[in-house]
Amino acid sequence: MNTNRFDVVIIGSGPGGLASAIAAKKNGVGSVLIIERDLELGGILLQCIHNGFGVEIFKEDLPGPTYAQRFIDEVRQLGIETMLDTMVLNLSADRRLTLTSKTHGYREIQAKSIILAMGCRERTRAQVRLPGTRPAGVYTAGTAQRWVNVEGFMPGKRFVILGSGDIGMIMARRLTFEGAKVERVLEIMPYLSGLTRNYVQCLQDFDIPLKLQHTVKRIIGDQRVEAVETVAVDAHWQPIPGSEEIIPCDTLLLSVGLIPENELSRQAGVRLHPLTNGPVVDADFHTNIPGIFAAGNVVHVYDLVDWVTEAGYTAGKSAALYAQGKRNLPGQTIITSAGKNVRYIVPHHFDPSRHIENDLPLQMRVSRPIEKPVWVEALAGSEHITRRALPYARPGEMITLALKPDHLQKFAGLGTITIQIVER
Amino acid sequence: MERNKLEQPMEIICVACPKGCRLEARRKNGEILVSHAGCKRGKQYAIGEITDPRRMVASTVRIQGGLHPLIPVYTSEPFPKDQIFQLLDQIRTTRIQSPVKAGDIVIKDALGTGIDVVASRDMA
Repeated sequence: MNTNRFDVVIIGSGPGGLASAIAAKKNGVGSVLIIERDLELGGILLQCIHNGFGVEIFKEDLPGPTYAQRFIDEVRQLGIETMLDTMVLNLSADRRLTLTSKTHGYREIQAKSIILAMGCRERTRAQVRLPGTRPAGVYTAGTAQRWVNVEGFMPGKRFVILGSGDIGMIMARRLTFEGAKVERVLEIMPYLSGLTRNYVQCLQDFDIPLKLQHTVKRIIGDQRVEAVETVAVDAHWQPIPGSEEIIPCDTLLLSVGLIPENELSRQAGVRLHPLTNGPVVDADFHTNIPGIFAAGNVVHVYDLVDWVTEAGYTAGKSAALYAQGKRNLPGQTIITSAGKNVRYIVPHHFDPSRHIENDLPLQMRVSRPIEKPVWVEALAGSEHITRRALPYARPGEMITLALKPDHLQKFAGLGTITIQIVER
Repeated sequence: MERNKLEQPMEIICVACPKGCRLEARRKNGEILVSHAGCKRGKQYAIGEITDPRRMVASTVRIQGGLHPLIPVYTSEPFPKDQIFQLLDQIRTTRIQSPVKAGDIVIKDALGTGIDVVASRDMA
């Protein structure tokens, strides 16, 4: 690799980065480069050794590493360049990157298009403000997952897990498989935050108790975690006096949410959405900065990897067209506004003239669980444009509403459309 | 297994789809009766859970000469649930040598079930 100029540069090689690199290359650009800070391509999929990936796009139930391998093989076959063990230090609005690594040293790269595919980070103890001492033995679930599944270390013998997110539940099973005892999973909300399948196959199968509306009141231990004090909470997350319980353990794992990782996006002046913490994007996954695109969990936290791959394909194609001068930021845009019971919608805006032939899928999350049949409705002013019936709506599962080209024509000239989720 | 007696109704959360219906299954005159199933797949799921519960099993095996000390592996098909810990014991004592390709068989015909344990990824 001699050139410091590339048509499309992708930052991150998880499922969003791999798919966008493949799509960019297939859409006719000459040089595509993936920059990855780890030693190998694949991202967090490599430590997600459990099954459940690929059911939507491959119609197969694959482990994370197998799902990643298919895309890694395709990246290699297409001759896409990669820089591993390489950290991007800076990204500017004119698409100049500075980076450093042991093998390449300090480098500057100019790209015609950039795709942000940095994924997310886990919320830590500091972000959920857990009281108590600060001993060893408090880790995020994903960190423990990396140790157990990739590096071959067990972080403890007796665990309590805070948060009923999927990674936490999957780790409860994994630790049980490796001989540890998982005493309890605590969830502050009155409902499960991960998927029902994981509750059944990771907790119920191994008699691991799940306590809803419970949290950690205090971490106990000097050098090492010795116990946690748990407490029940009311509907306003306030501790209920007298419900405290001391659970002896040596490790507390946190599975308390993910935050899109956008330090580089901020440097480049990419506008972020206050609810998703990810870039504001159009239907091409184009950010507000011309030539900078974003795909995957860096935009918003997805429920299934399959949809991350789909988003990567869209972003990669869009970035390739931009690099070839065939596509720019949209002229006319319509804002998608989150109405009743909708927390957020991606894309945040779109150009209806670009969807004369293709459907426009809107992806959203409901703001509270509705265990009754619902309509997902698109409204232009007070006029109903289209709607979709669902048997229920839960915050843990993304909801998609496809707008068809003839629906979109009805929006022409409007500034905003509203999406709402209401009981049928 | 005690599930085969099943005089008392048993609650099963269906995972055939994400909805998660709470099914109730009971045995009557040798037949399994399933109630509260939202669809046909739910009934099939409940019968499977009672007569022959199986799960996909994923774990890791020690590898020598690889990029990492472990390589992820999984069962080629869902594995009998009551033999999972026996399988894990075998997986834990298995040692392999790099290089390995995704899909390579790591343990053939595990515990005589006809199910293989295969590598989840390439590792040089």
